[in-house]
Amino acid sequence: MSRFVYADNAATTKMSPVARKAMLPWLEDGYGNPSAVYRIGRDARRALDGARDQVARAIGAKTEEIFFTGSGTESNNWVLRGICERLQGKGKHIITTMIEHHAISRTLEDLEKQGFEVTVLPVDKYGMVSPHVVRAAIRPDTILITIMFANNEIGTIQPIAAIGDIARERGVLFHTDAVQAVGHVPIDVELLKIDLLSLSAHKFRGPRGVGALYVKKGVKLPAFITGGGQEKGHRAGTENVAGIVGMAMALEDAVQSMEQNLLYVTELRDKLIAGMLQLPAVSLTGHPEIRLPGIASFAIACIEGEALILMLDAAGIAASSGSACSSGSLDPSHVLLSIGLTHESAHGSVRLSLGEETTEADVDYILEQIPPIVEKLRAMSPLWEERVDA
Amino acid sequence: MYSEKVMDHFANPRNVGEVPNANAIGEVGNAKCGDIMKVYMRIEDNIIQEVGFKTFGCGAAIATSSISTEMVKGKTIEEALQLSNRAVTEALDGLPQDKIHCSVLAESAIRSAIGDYYKRQGIDPEPILGCAKDCGGGCHHH
Repeated sequence: MSRFVYADNAATTKMSPVARKAMLPWLEDGYGNPSAVYRIGRDARRALDGARDQVARAIGAKTEEIFFTGSGTESNNWVLRGICERLQGKGKHIITTMIEHHAISRTLEDLEKQGFEVTVLPVDKYGMVSPHVVRAAIRPDTILITIMFANNEIGTIQPIAAIGDIARERGVLFHTDAVQAVGHVPIDVELLKIDLLSLSAHKFRGPRGVGALYVKKGVKLPAFITGGGQEKGHRAGTENVAGIVGMAMALEDAVQSMEQNLLYVTELRDKLIAGMLQLPAVSLTGHPEIRLPGIASFAIACIEGEALILMLDAAGIAASSGSACSSGSLDPSHVLLSIGLTHESAHGSVRLSLGEETTEADVDYILEQIPPIVEKLRAMSPLWEERVDA
Repeated sequence: MYSEKVMDHFANPRNVGEVPNANAIGEVGNAKCGDIMKVYMRIEDNIIQEVGFKTFGCGAAIATSSISTEMVKGKTIEEALQLSNRAVTEALDGLPQDKIHCSVLAESAIRSAIGDYYKRQGIDPEPILGCAKDCGGGCHHH
């Protein structure tokens, strides 16, 4: 089997040629330490400044509002731990949702142990949080609202503008984990009234191991890593120049071709969704329209996700699942349980995430390969037998 | 993650499906936990003449079902009752730590089918088998 179809772009993406090309000089002769005063150091410093500018423009921020980190997870940790440290005198209450990435939810669990109080808001069957519910949850001691921009498992995009309005009006800081959304859908932090935003390079065809945090001017965040004076002394450690340059180029490229990519990928996604829904007892998870262009996610009754993923792998298709066996825990994905799926249905989840390198032939291939695999697994499944008998 | 043996038994599972005129049927696990194994046997003259399975579960669940049915086929009831989850795991050249419960499930499914056979013969399986399946309740306890 020589054919390979990559349908796990929400996990990570193949680096774009422009990002790779932009990185190379900084992996070769451009090895100067950006803190050094001599020429190759100054060159590296200039590259960092340029990259900061590119990242800022891509999300409607100012250059000085961008801080480079090592990952989206790090950006999330920095925000949550930093805001709690800085504002604990004002209050100890944080608002979030049930469908956040573990980088948020597990960090908040940790903060709960340290005495902070977290309100975890429910979502509807599409995985959408209601702005009214956010408003109602705000208390005088609320110091932060953290709600993801778009969900990594089911693709649903949250009503960020409405939440931003509410947060600004009530004077509460608003952070969004936008790791899945940046570079894929338009984001303007000014327009959306976002105070803090996390992003990760490898989700928009930049390199793995680099992220950034947008911190609105005037928002005071304490240092996350102490040491040298890098990132204005807030995130010490010699900068990953090549990675940062690659991230900035990938993001600029993604934003420039966003309109075209969005249409193209959405069309492929909708073709895939329509094809999958032809199968018996398969349902779409997440919002049918207000979702990321690349994510097609499903619950397939009476089969287990990991078995499906392994069989897809044997057919040359890389995809993922939120089943317990895939997540490495005893429970299936908390996101799928939050939107009301039963454990049984959540075990049979599959996520196919497309990108601009996906072709229509790839989608056709997926739609050709999945039905016999589902049929084979169902023929083996005692649950399917019961369902058919009933 | 998985050994070649596991992948082989997962991709080409042996003894899939029901057995005609089965006189021993056992089912263990539950859908909530993400794995169910159902084993069918035709036992004659104390020998497991035919055996088949249906499994809802991950790659390891399907592979352990496949190999355990292979291991008891043609064996006497007493021999089949000797089948341990460790033997199943070893026969697959090992399982990842978080999949060991699948081998436990396979062992339980075989014992459960034999328990069913005893019941059909009017023999109380409890003294012979002890508590054969899912006594603990809840999902996989490691």
